[in-house]
Amino acid sequence: MTDLLTSPWPWYVGGPLIGLMVPLLLLGNKTFGISANLRHACAILLPDAAKPAFFRYDWRKERWNLMFAAGLVLGGLLAGLVFANPHATHLSSRAVQSLHDLGVSLRPGLLPPELLDLHRPVVWLILSLSGLLVGFGTRYGGGCTSGHAITGLSMRQFPSLVATVSFFAGGILSANFVLPLLLK
Amino acid sequence: MTYSPTTSVRRTRSLPAALSLLAYLLAGTFFGVVLVKSEAASWYRIQEMFRFQSFHMYGLIGSAVLTGLPTTWLLRRFQTRSLTGQTIQIQSKDPGLPRYVLGGLIFGLGWGLAGVCPGPVFTLLGSGVWAMLIVLFFALLGTWLYGVLRDRLPH
Repeated sequence: MTDLLTSPWPWYVGGPLIGLMVPLLLLGNKTFGISANLRHACAILLPDAAKPAFFRYDWRKERWNLMFAAGLVLGGLLAGLVFANPHATHLSSRAVQSLHDLGVSLRPGLLPPELLDLHRPVVWLILSLSGLLVGFGTRYGGGCTSGHAITGLSMRQFPSLVATVSFFAGGILSANFVLPLLLK
Repeated sequence: MTYSPTTSVRRTRSLPAALSLLAYLLAGTFFGVVLVKSEAASWYRIQEMFRFQSFHMYGLIGSAVLTGLPTTWLLRRFQTRSLTGQTIQIQSKDPGLPRYVLGGLIFGLGWGLAGVCPGPVFTLLGSGVWAMLIVLFFALLGTWLYGVLRDRLPH
């Protein structure tokens, strides 16, 4: 029984559930997207005097999005902590080999312990650089994976196709070339 | 405490608002569970995807879009009204190309490093990965930086 709650789902179960978020939020007349929360947080946190025009709007109208993000935290608590998968992610043998080459171990959990070891300066570099690029890129590109790759493609938006292709180009570059450079 | 009609009006109006906020909290919780269970929040899976070593993430994103496409089309086709009674508005993304290419590339570079996009940052925090606070802080910094530089960037 516990196994049923803790075991991961195959892609053909998770994928459709992710796709259903688009019509589900449309029923509330909202567009499914998460990265806008970062903008709202800036709008809330920045003092009025130091606020660029980009953050001058009524964030209270977007409270639903902040609640959605709070839900994401709760979901992580439930599925990632209370009912955490006790086994390591079932990766392909080629992926296991790549991890070995990177000097990173495959353990139960969603991230390798080597990437969470804050005694290593390189971990700070990876986490901060990643955050900076993600934060800047999502707003510049007008959305993240949920807003473009899932919602935009579902709504047949050409800009979202361009954005999604670019997401992957950037990701392939950093995973294959930048990350090995940093970790070695 | 005096009872005035204005507070009662506000009360009847604010109850559905609170309910709808609760609905979005639940929707977020559901999505957070899906992100963990489907392993889309897993750094391992993201690395595997960007190295083309497994079908998992491609199946996940592909089947998500294949589900979103017809359901969204149906909502549009039958001009379904939202739960609050308004017509559903599907906004087109802003026109332009440079921002989607450049912004997308920059986002992708970040995604491939720590293996997280904005959703999983929150979800991983919930599952006790405190190092995500660093990612979140710098993501906010990046967002602010865009707000500062926006007028000088090609869109």
